[in-house]
Amino acid sequence: MSDIIRRNPRNEWILRNRLHPQHDELTAGSGPVRGPTGLLRKNPHAVGFIGPNGIKRIDRSAGTQGGAGGLSLRARGRSAEAAPLPLHRVEQPDFYVAVVVDLAAGRLSNHDRDVLGQAHQLVKAQADQGAVVAIALGEIRDAAFDTTGADRLIHLTEVHGQPLTGYCPELKLAVLRAVDTELAPRYWLFPDSVHGGADLGARLGARLGERPAVQAWQVDAEQTVCRGGSHRTDWQRPTARLLLLAEECALPIDETRHEARPIELAAIPPVAPRIEDLGPVEVDPSKIALGEAEFILAAGNGIQDWGQFHRAATALGATEGASRVAVDDGNMPRFRQVGATGTWVTARVYIAVGISGAIQHLQGIGQCDKVVAINLDGGCDMIKRADLSVIGDSQGILGELLALAEARQNGTETPPVTANTREEERNVA
Amino acid sequence: MPNSNVNPERNIRVATLVSVGQHPKSGRTRRAGQDARAVELGLKMAGTASRLIHVGDMAEPALRQYLGMGLPQLSVLQAGPDADAVPALATHLDEQPADIVLTGVRAESGEASGMVPYLLAERLGWPLIPRIADIQTIDNGMAEVLQALPRGQRRLLRVPLPFVATVDNAAPEARQYAFGPSRRGNFAVSLANTTADDERQQWQELPAKPRPKRLNVVKAKSAADRFKAATAKPQGQGGKVIRDGTDREKAEAIMALLVAEGVVR
Ligand SMILES: Cc1cc2nc3c(=O)[nH]c(=O)nc-3n(C[C@H](O)[C@H](O)[C@H](O)COP(=O)(O)OP(=O)(O)OC[C@H]3O[C@@H](n4cnc5c(N)ncnc54)[C@H](O)[C@@H]3O)c2cc1C
Repeated sequence: MSDIIRRNPRNEWILRNRLHPQHDELTAGSGPVRGPTGLLRKNPHAVGFIGPNGIKRIDRSAGTQGGAGGLSLRARGRSAEAAPLPLHRVEQPDFYVAVVVDLAAGRLSNHDRDVLGQAHQLVKAQADQGAVVAIALGEIRDAAFDTTGADRLIHLTEVHGQPLTGYCPELKLAVLRAVDTELAPRYWLFPDSVHGGADLGARLGARLGERPAVQAWQVDAEQTVCRGGSHRTDWQRPTARLLLLAEECALPIDETRHEARPIELAAIPPVAPRIEDLGPVEVDPSKIALGEAEFILAAGNGIQDWGQFHRAATALGATEGASRVAVDDGNMPRFRQVGATGTWVTARVYIAVGISGAIQHLQGIGQCDKVVAINLDGGCDMIKRADLSVIGDSQGILGELLALAEARQNGTETPPVTANTREEERNVA
Repeated sequence: MPNSNVNPERNIRVATLVSVGQHPKSGRTRRAGQDARAVELGLKMAGTASRLIHVGDMAEPALRQYLGMGLPQLSVLQAGPDADAVPALATHLDEQPADIVLTGVRAESGEASGMVPYLLAERLGWPLIPRIADIQTIDNGMAEVLQALPRGQRRLLRVPLPFVATVDNAAPEARQYAFGPSRRGNFAVSLANTTADDERQQWQELPAKPRPKRLNVVKAKSAADRFKAATAKPQGQGGKVIRDGTDREKAEAIMALLVAEGVVR
């Protein structure tokens, strides 16, 4: 073929005329378009797509949400990679900052993460290089120490053959003292929490003769601000070596990975614990204050058989709650009301039976983790909020739930759940 | 639950450390909530033979509210407002020993570090149990103590006498104080040899600043990501909905979730 560029005036004319009936045929899918001089031409009209209302839409989101398929190759490559976080390495630390995490139920809480973040802020403020040692005492069930900022990790599940389960502050204190003598941390950080951090920190402070800064919420290398009694005053003081940090004291680590290199303690001083843990005590769920209950079964206007509801709550071991209508009708006492004008609950699991999900009610359950709805009406607002909804009559479903719970209690386990429900469980969890 | 009504025993010596509280909103002085619960627990354990100890100024009117709970006497170790209470308490407890020392978890005013019981226990060499809700039984020099945990849970601990315990808000509510007994009760004042808390003199006490709410910071690489984060609705609205099937299957699905979450054992 000769390399003389042959022009087709008719095609050019059609290409220029966007209203021509053949215009789309010529522009679409014809690959790169060359201009008369051989220059590559881009057609600005060919990008994008026509939206449902007939207006042209151009998706410039670089494919982060899979728009209309107009992804550039570069963008696709970028999103697929999800580059690993950079590894923060400390080979020879000049000093340590010790963080004793609560590890409540074997997990790192947000409070623990905040304290680890604070530890890194303190390390950064120093001239020399430091490492953050996370001290985890007890079973770890699900805790990522590398992404939360632990350069070193001391993890023990037993001390001198005695397991670190239940309440054992004396054993834990012995470990902390061993850490203090071996690593001599520049700072000791504890979450000031009811899960044991406040207790352990105060014990260590009394033992080492260090005066802790308690309820510290603004900490830098020089100054600390602590919340005083009844949350009415702030104490501004020089930063102490031992810090009991309030919640949200600092931002957690999220841009780096850390080594979480294990450290072995050479010697732990012997201890003879005087406090003996006799284990948890069965608590009557109806006596637990609604605001701190972990598992609530709440009733609304869709309950007909109140006796059955109470029996179900007892069998499941749930604390009872109610919507305002149930309370106003006299079916439940006022202190059981959940919502804007009742109690704001923090339950992990909340079952709403026959509650429509008025905004005043939904406000009250804003902090709940998992919400289950039982309702006749598949379109009500509670279903939109719920993680699991079953549509049906409350009486029948509560009756079956009651039977299941009683069967569990009596140990006469019903035939194993079908494959179908297992599947559901996985979806739900 | 084990039997929790112990009859007041005269031969158990209970000392309750009381402080001056303040109303959380008005700041008016009053009996401190947790300390009053500790007094209530002391009354349950040892009746009116339980002792009250306060380090500070006997002229403080709120102290009479503790006497108004029906106790005849309150020992005041007279000291200035900046005094360190722990040495005075330790010497007092050496002179007049006790089997159980009860305190609140944290004071309602001042630094409120909650360190006094810890320092006292360390000084006396006694075990300490934080956040108790009740003392259930005492025999053979061992006490069974109910500890309050978050979410209304309880734990039973056994500890030898003597011990120090801090009383949680989960303990039974304190009785109302009455005017007559609060007038009739008297103070046993002694001069405490305390040292001033010099370190705290250096600190600054300011009215509490409201803490900033944590914002949902989006760390996005590109402007488009930031825009999306600012405008897009959060994903994952609505959960699983089960419409069909028998009531039995629906109940089983709920039960599976309850078991997976660990609320039903
Ligand atoms: C100022 C103000 C404050 C308020 N504060 C609160 C508050 O704090 N807490 C609160 O809860 N409310 C509060 N309310 C009331 C709130 O607006 C709603 O009226 C109330 O929450 C509705 O209660 P409910 O869902 O139980 O009843 P309904 O709205 O009547 O809903 C009943 C639901 O049960 C379902 N149902 C009916 N029969 C059955 C059946 N057999 N099986 C299964 N499902 C069935 C229905 O489909 C419906 O969804 C407040 C209102 C106002 C104006």
